[in-house]
Amino acid sequence: MDWSMFWHLLVNPPSSFVSGAVKTIYVAVISQALGVGFGLLLALWRRGRRLALRVFASGYIWIVRGTPVLVQAVLIYDGISALGLYSFPDLHLLGVSIPGVVQAGIITLSLNEGAYMAEIIRAAIDSVDAGQTEAAEALGMRGRQAMRHVVLPQAMRVVIPPLGNEFNNMLKVTSLLSVIGLQELFLAGQDYNSATLQTFTIFLAVAVYYIAMTTVWSFIQSAIERRLEAKGYAAVERMPLKVRLFGGGGDRFSMGYERGAR
Amino acid sequence: MSEAGVATELDAVSNGITHSAEATPVVRAVAVHKWFGRLHVLDDVSLTVAQGEVVVVIGPSGSGKTTLLRCMNHLERISDGRMWINGHLIGYREAADGRLLDESEAEIARQREAIGFVFQHFNLFPHLRAIENVALAPIKVRKLERDQARAQARQLLCRVGLEDKCEVYPRQLSGGQRQRVAIARALAMKPSLMLFDEPTSALDPEMVGEVLEVMRELASEGMTMVVASHEMGFARSVADRVVMMAEGRIVESGPPGELLDRPREQRTQAFLSKVLH
Repeated sequence: MDWSMFWHLLVNPPSSFVSGAVKTIYVAVISQALGVGFGLLLALWRRGRRLALRVFASGYIWIVRGTPVLVQAVLIYDGISALGLYSFPDLHLLGVSIPGVVQAGIITLSLNEGAYMAEIIRAAIDSVDAGQTEAAEALGMRGRQAMRHVVLPQAMRVVIPPLGNEFNNMLKVTSLLSVIGLQELFLAGQDYNSATLQTFTIFLAVAVYYIAMTTVWSFIQSAIERRLEAKGYAAVERMPLKVRLFGGGGDRFSMGYERGAR
Repeated sequence: MSEAGVATELDAVSNGITHSAEATPVVRAVAVHKWFGRLHVLDDVSLTVAQGEVVVVIGPSGSGKTTLLRCMNHLERISDGRMWINGHLIGYREAADGRLLDESEAEIARQREAIGFVFQHFNLFPHLRAIENVALAPIKVRKLERDQARAQARQLLCRVGLEDKCEVYPRQLSGGQRQRVAIARALAMKPSLMLFDEPTSALDPEMVGEVLEVMRELASEGMTMVVASHEMGFARSVADRVVMMAEGRIVESGPPGELLDRPREQRTQAFLSKVLH
């Protein structure tokens, strides 16, 4: 254990660490955002009227949740280009260059996250009292309008706490993209390790980076939930930061929901 | 049409409805049946409600009152028979061979605009303020301008005595206030028929009066109403006709003075003696 190297890595990180951490964050943010959107679609398809979409959504969720992200990443990036279908060339959009491996990483994590978000959103939709849909439909709203204006706004409040957990997980899961060569934080550490062989010191520093990111996220999530609460309507009891960081609290913070206006 | 259906309709006519004979009744149920699995919840129910009439449906719980009301705006499908609202089959269209086909979702939604429904448990939208609860459907369904819808909502909330609660969320309201918001919400679509499904059953006793007062006023303005209720005082003073249901059937019906004071059927007598003390 080389303490001076450890402190040096934290206080004066090499540029590969900084750019790796930045990549970790932006890949996680974009993947989570796309995953939520895709998950919402899957959840709606799954409970919709079209049989083909229901079957597709169920099958998709089954396959994605039944296979490791690592395998999905390799299949999407290396597998697809090995088949000669698409080789992920770098994209240049609005003056920003997006490397092929980053595209593949974001696609993998979004597609994967969509399946998990679909289940969370579906449970949240089911948690909204059936009387809400009936009341909306009795007023002349169509099913789609009732879903959009009455059910989803209530469901989304239930989604926020588990969504926070999903993003915490997402920050860490990006490390698996090192396997396809995405230069995120973990791969930056690995490269540094192969040059210096100070394995314990380096990965301890890397661990500190991850915990810093997830801790900052915990604060942000607490702030978001506090704001929802202040707006006079919180779907679930807010999870105190202590519980968020150290666990505990048991069933109190699972997907409970105070029903409508009963 | 079954004989029972004809009989009930004749009943309705002989019970002193003074409206012109050719006016389309607001509700016309003929030989309606409803099964939940093997449970026969509505058994050959026929009922006609004329324009401006207030009908109170009484009967023990499980007698089918709620189901009958829910069939009137197609929250519940009917298993057999016909249910016309404002002269149109609700939820179905009749094929050339007489079979009922499902009406399109858009058409069902359009039909429901004319039917206000007030739920026992209010079913207010908890994420919206009182005024937004009332204005939502006019904005989204009627495509009313936001400002116009809010002005109308404010007026309606004023009418039910809640002008000072416009910006409040449902959970900050008492039960009686919630039910009054729910009534205003239903009125915002300018319905020609209001259905009340036990509107005061979920309320604390001291809040029943304020809701009944709003309903009384609505009735005096000429609204056509069907009310499932245990409030005998309300039935006596507001109803044009009281309908007694038991085990999915209409046992008897008549003007409140007659049915409540001199019930002919033994089942009505038994029920009334239980509710009235």
